[in-house]
Amino acid sequence: MDIRPILASLRRHRIPAMLIVLEIALACAVLCNAVFMISQRVASIHLPNAIDEAGIAEVTLNGTDPELAGSDIPRNLAALRGLPGVQAAAVVSTLPLSQNNWGWGFSTKPEDALTNRDSRNVSMYFLGSGGDAALGLQLRGGRFFNDGDYADSHFDKSPLPETHVVLVTRSLAEKMWPGQPAVGKTMYSMPHYYTVVGVVADVLRPYIGDVNSPANYDAAFFPMSAAGSKGALSHYVVRGAPRDRDRLVREAEQKLADLNPGGVAHGRSYAEIRRGYFADMSSMAWMLVLVCVVMLAVTAFGIVGLTSFWVNQRRRQIGIRRAVGASRAHILQYFQTENFLLSTGGVALGMALAFGINVYLMHRYEMARMPWFYLPAGAIALWLIGQASVLGPALRAAAVPPVVATRSA
Amino acid sequence: MFQYYLDLAWRSLKRNKALTALMVLAIALGIGASITTLTVLHVLSGDPLPGRSGEIYYPQIDPQDLRGMSPSKEPPSQLTLIDGMNLLRAARADRQALMKGGEVPIQPEQSALDPFYVDARYTTADFFAMFGTPFRFGHAWSAADDEAKARQVVISRDLDEKLFGGANSVGRTLRISGTAFQIVGVLDHWQPNPHFYDLNTGSYAAGEQVFLPLQTMIDLHLSRDGSNDCWGNGGGGTDTLLPADTCVWLQFWVQLDSPAKVEAYRQFLVHYSQEQKALGRFQRPPNVRLRSLMQWLDYNGVVPDDVRLQTWLAFGFLAVCLVNTVGLMLAKFMRRAGELGVRRALGASRRSLLAQLLVEAGVVGLVGGVGGAVLALGGLWLVRQRSSDYASLAHLDPSMLLTTFVLALGATLLAGLLPAWRACQVAPALQLKSH
Repeated sequence: MDIRPILASLRRHRIPAMLIVLEIALACAVLCNAVFMISQRVASIHLPNAIDEAGIAEVTLNGTDPELAGSDIPRNLAALRGLPGVQAAAVVSTLPLSQNNWGWGFSTKPEDALTNRDSRNVSMYFLGSGGDAALGLQLRGGRFFNDGDYADSHFDKSPLPETHVVLVTRSLAEKMWPGQPAVGKTMYSMPHYYTVVGVVADVLRPYIGDVNSPANYDAAFFPMSAAGSKGALSHYVVRGAPRDRDRLVREAEQKLADLNPGGVAHGRSYAEIRRGYFADMSSMAWMLVLVCVVMLAVTAFGIVGLTSFWVNQRRRQIGIRRAVGASRAHILQYFQTENFLLSTGGVALGMALAFGINVYLMHRYEMARMPWFYLPAGAIALWLIGQASVLGPALRAAAVPPVVATRSA
Repeated sequence: MFQYYLDLAWRSLKRNKALTALMVLAIALGIGASITTLTVLHVLSGDPLPGRSGEIYYPQIDPQDLRGMSPSKEPPSQLTLIDGMNLLRAARADRQALMKGGEVPIQPEQSALDPFYVDARYTTADFFAMFGTPFRFGHAWSAADDEAKARQVVISRDLDEKLFGGANSVGRTLRISGTAFQIVGVLDHWQPNPHFYDLNTGSYAAGEQVFLPLQTMIDLHLSRDGSNDCWGNGGGGTDTLLPADTCVWLQFWVQLDSPAKVEAYRQFLVHYSQEQKALGRFQRPPNVRLRSLMQWLDYNGVVPDDVRLQTWLAFGFLAVCLVNTVGLMLAKFMRRAGELGVRRALGASRRSLLAQLLVEAGVVGLVGGVGGAVLALGGLWLVRQRSSDYASLAHLDPSMLLTTFVLALGATLLAGLLPAWRACQVAPALQLKSH
């Protein structure tokens, strides 16, 4: 189809044409950035985490005397293991995504100080005996802790445990000793040092950055004896089949509350911990989805409204074209092509705008760079919306009978 | 004349209901979304102590050792116990308070109530006078009580209602973590947002239920919450152990009534750092900050980035809606070229046509504003259903309601300007002829 007459006609309707272009451009820019933000959040919400998330129930116990932990913890665990359906139970210091973080700087050389640039901040997990099985950690090399490791470890005056063994995640091992086997290596925070006895699949930290943060899996696991834990072990983890989990949450909470009348027991499933951690993020994602849908609807109705007006204004013109031999398909095509041209102008401007906004947000809010394919994807979406919304008015235009030409406006 | 235009606008809007509805809806959606996000932003970036915040300052000094030092680095955001006590006792400000957050078990005497945990604030006496906390019953403890490690406690109105049914409980005993405390005061509702004095224990809606002297906490080894940063080989402390002298874990606030005093206090902090360096405690050259309350909130970036992003997005959406409205109004006004031509021919000036069309735009804007306010109320209700700590604060206050209408009216008039101007350009003769 020849587009010259269309361009000529658009030149006579500059303002409405420009408005459509502007509207599509704005919608394209907002859409690309909003969809990118949604995808970032969805990716964060689904970050993998190598523990048995589906089977874990957790009970926190606070307010008991830390001095009595040596006798309380074994008694509490024995009671929990007696619950029907429990496969493993242990006590740990904190859980991934629980927001209760204990971080410390470690390095690969003994002389490095805490504040040295080469040292790496690592989230520390302290596991009571059997903690590896209760969490469902997945071994990728070396070994888990043995009974001797658990029994030997305790806290003294330092916040670092008095032990010499550690498990690290695969990501942390790869960062601290790139390209080398981590098992047998030592990490330091003098005067403390720890030898890596095993590497486990990636477990998230209690508190993570955004989805692109390279430090999300910088975690290490230390053994800890109940007697020497000084109150650091307060999260009871009970693992069972996923279908038993909710029952286990209730029963384990009840059991610990009964056994520890002075303490406060609070139970929840791991799924709740994850949901709670990402609650804000998922509501933000839903809000973005809502805004996108409404915005596209507004854009579409705007195009329908303007094109209808346009068709009405040109009824006589259309009638003349029909009278001199244009078919209905020609008229339809005319309006579709016109919309296509306007959309093209709009998305070209919109892609530039979307890119600019992304650069600004990157600069201002530490957002990641938008992958290039968002731009053409946004463009195609708006092309389709443009074509869909012009269809109604264009069909009405095509229905204009040739006889209109003979009437005065 | 205005009434006549209003009448004309009303007739015109009724003539094409679909187009009118579309315009009103677009305005309402755009305004609703932007007011919802703007309200959240407005609430979160508010002044927690209106009328008082200008005199409240947060001193920072740098007691760290030389490792990892760089000239541009900010000093730590909290104080060690030694420095906190030194600055407190120097008493160079009009008022000063040293504090820490924590969590304590309350063991009610009524057997009907199980023990429960509440957030606590361990602080020195000036806290109440400096921040202007309202008292329902009783009063604060004194500086002498601080030194005496008095077993005295100020409780919140909520706790008073929970334990004593809202009665005047001053003088009664409260068991906290196994120790008997005497209640000396009951606060009235007081929950500054943001929770400026300790941002480590939640930035918003984090209200403490009990307040007791800092020295008493140290004496009784009550459990602490919040942040604790150490350097060197310092121990971070556990439940029973205090953090080492190489750990910062306390917040310190001062009240300074005049700019001269602020400057003097800044000098004092520098002198203090020099003196400590001479004594060998500090190793770094003096590195001090003295931020006002609002500067402190800004420096800590308390307003979540997501909230700002949402606001940007909502205004982008409003822009799309407005461009859309411009287009629809253009369609509407141009369609009335005939009518406008007649009015011109009968002697109406361009200016009065413009006024007439803008009145019509204004009516659309007002109706859209009402719709926007309703949508914003719904949007804020949705925000309140979230679990974030600030969710419960999201309410539309009168000033934001006014903003809604001003924004709706202003935006629509702006959107109507171009179409109205275009429509006024009609040549009356041409319009009359073709009919």
